[in-house]
Amino acid sequence: MALKTETMVLNMGPQHPSTHGVLRLELELEGELIKKVIPHIGYLHRCFEKHAEAMQYNQVIPYTDRMDYLASMYNNFGYVIAVEKLMGIEVPERVQYIRLIMGELQRIASHLVALGTYGLDIGAFTPFLYLFRDREKILSLFEMTCGARLLYNYMWVGGLSHDIHPDFQRLTKEFINYFKPTIVELDSLLSYNKIFIERTANIGILPVDTAINYGVTGPMLRGSGIKFDLRRNDPYSIYNRFDFDIPVGKGLVGTVGDCWDRYYVRVREMEESLKILEQAIDNIPEGDVQSAIPKRIKPPKGTVYSRVETPRGELGYFIISDGSTNPFRVKVRAPSFVNLEVLGELCKGHLVADVIAILGSVDIVLGEVDR
Amino acid sequence: MYQYFYELLGSEILATLITAAVPLVNVLLAALIGVYLERKVSAHMQDRLGPMRTGWHGIFQTVADFIKMLQKEDAVSTEVDKKLYNLAPVLVFTGSFAAYAVIPFSSKVIGTEAEVGIFYLLAISSLVVAGILMAGWSSNNKYSLLGAMRSASQIISYEIPTAIVVLSMVMYTGTLSLDKMSQMQTAYFWNWNILGGAEFGFAKFLLIPFMIVGFIIIYISTLAEVNRTPFDIPEAESELVAGYFTEYCGMKWAMFMLSEYGNMFAVSGLVTILFFGGYQSPLGYFGDAIGVHWMIPFEQVFWFIAKGWFFVFVQMWLRWTLPRLRVDQLMSLCWKYLIPYAFVNLIIIGIITLL
Repeated sequence: MALKTETMVLNMGPQHPSTHGVLRLELELEGELIKKVIPHIGYLHRCFEKHAEAMQYNQVIPYTDRMDYLASMYNNFGYVIAVEKLMGIEVPERVQYIRLIMGELQRIASHLVALGTYGLDIGAFTPFLYLFRDREKILSLFEMTCGARLLYNYMWVGGLSHDIHPDFQRLTKEFINYFKPTIVELDSLLSYNKIFIERTANIGILPVDTAINYGVTGPMLRGSGIKFDLRRNDPYSIYNRFDFDIPVGKGLVGTVGDCWDRYYVRVREMEESLKILEQAIDNIPEGDVQSAIPKRIKPPKGTVYSRVETPRGELGYFIISDGSTNPFRVKVRAPSFVNLEVLGELCKGHLVADVIAILGSVDIVLGEVDR
Repeated sequence: MYQYFYELLGSEILATLITAAVPLVNVLLAALIGVYLERKVSAHMQDRLGPMRTGWHGIFQTVADFIKMLQKEDAVSTEVDKKLYNLAPVLVFTGSFAAYAVIPFSSKVIGTEAEVGIFYLLAISSLVVAGILMAGWSSNNKYSLLGAMRSASQIISYEIPTAIVVLSMVMYTGTLSLDKMSQMQTAYFWNWNILGGAEFGFAKFLLIPFMIVGFIIIYISTLAEVNRTPFDIPEAESELVAGYFTEYCGMKWAMFMLSEYGNMFAVSGLVTILFFGGYQSPLGYFGDAIGVHWMIPFEQVFWFIAKGWFFVFVQMWLRWTLPRLRVDQLMSLCWKYLIPYAFVNLIIIGIITLL
């Protein structure tokens, strides 16, 4: 007679050290083996999209900060590009350059958090603090520019809230030179650590077709081996002027599309961002960053969909304008939200400890998932 | 030691009490210093300062913390199995406290000179498993239960390579007493077991590689037995919140913590005694040189503590450098690598000893 067994339902989160915020996972376990994962979201829902309807166009910008709070600059970026497209505003060159530099600095800062917390999930505490030390330097640059360290409200429709500090270029160059060796340090401390590879290689493999079917974007998609980056495939702002590579997962230590690949794509992306920064930082043209800001933002009737490549993937803004000063509808296509859906596929047949490793490699920000 | 205090005080009760207090003081001191050291070591490895406010460089931080723990409300969930829940921390702490009874800090400072010291040490430290299982089960929390199950399987598995290495050392030295084992490695550091022991000749050099293998095996498996990174799977913070003691707070939680740090020093002490001469000085005694013989036990205490804390420091070093293994990887490391190697090592040391 077979032994009668039952599956155990384990509730992980919303208060749990590694669910990266208030995500709740319902795990169905057989021993420690995962049978099923059901993510429950909505604990951080703040009605961003509904709020936006009651607000003027420029008043929405601070709300976009609070979606992906680890990459606020980029959320501003996406929104102002969408509104500018709707209104047909051409922004000055100087603004374009500064936006791009801020965006790439933000990408590095965001990846530093992603990689650091990923190490933390696997049990390596020290890299986390090393990476936060470096992120602090980027935040100081932001603070110097706009006074805020996390939620910037820096990019405005048609311009920027402040011009850069006279020292900004010098300090950014110093940061670039400082930061290059620390990527090597990260590689030796974490990326090629034997235990780290044991824990992440061949875990949570995301096949290409599954990734495309679920609409996964960003480092997750590139981790599966697809060279798709909006900065290259659908260039916005002035990205087509710069020379940079798009790193993809190659399965160096395991299978293409495993957790390690997703992790490593982020490491390499930081290097590429540094490349872009190096090309851009010396070429900022002179000019006024606020000259193109319209007095009254009142776009014509119509709709616009504009997408940018945030550190987490494709962030799309769909805006309907009815010709008034408030948007009629703002819909956000949040990359974390879409990427999170694939979690159930990834976790099947793995152990509880792997769920943490997989969730960390998806790199979600709950502010963006729930909006 | 008992004899000494009996003669000094002329009272059996007082002498017994004092002798019993020695391991207690040792384990508490080990835990207090261990917690402080962990904070400082981790802080300096991570570009931080660690505690700086309470006393000089924060040396009273742990004391302040334990005072805080004592004052905390003893919150107990209504769903727990009260008897087991309350018994578990006591049992765990008893295990690590009792282990200190046989650890010789010097030829004079030792709780009891038990002839079967090493056997007793291995047996009594297994008590911890029972306490951990109790804690995990009685907490009525799935995370605690998972943590306790992992912990029990881990500790029991890793006891096997530990025991095999200990067995090979017992075979080599021919004694089960930790004190005698330390005495055999007297005088200079080339008499330590890691360098082939006190005998001279061909066998000594033949032994050295196998002694080193034995040391590495026992160090890894004791690391796993005290649940330290990379084997801190039972209390894996990022997965199981805090493992088997998730539901505990206040002083009961502090007892788990104390015993963990107490155990760290205890297993380091065991490694020291087996391979690194126990309390023996590596370079002869100062007291011998100047003819002040009462100084020697104090020097011995110094050397034992220094060696013990060095190994504790290495444990911390590893903890703050390495990530954590997964349960199945941990088990395969033990059963596929450590146990076979330990076994072969045992046979080879046995043959060399016979020669």
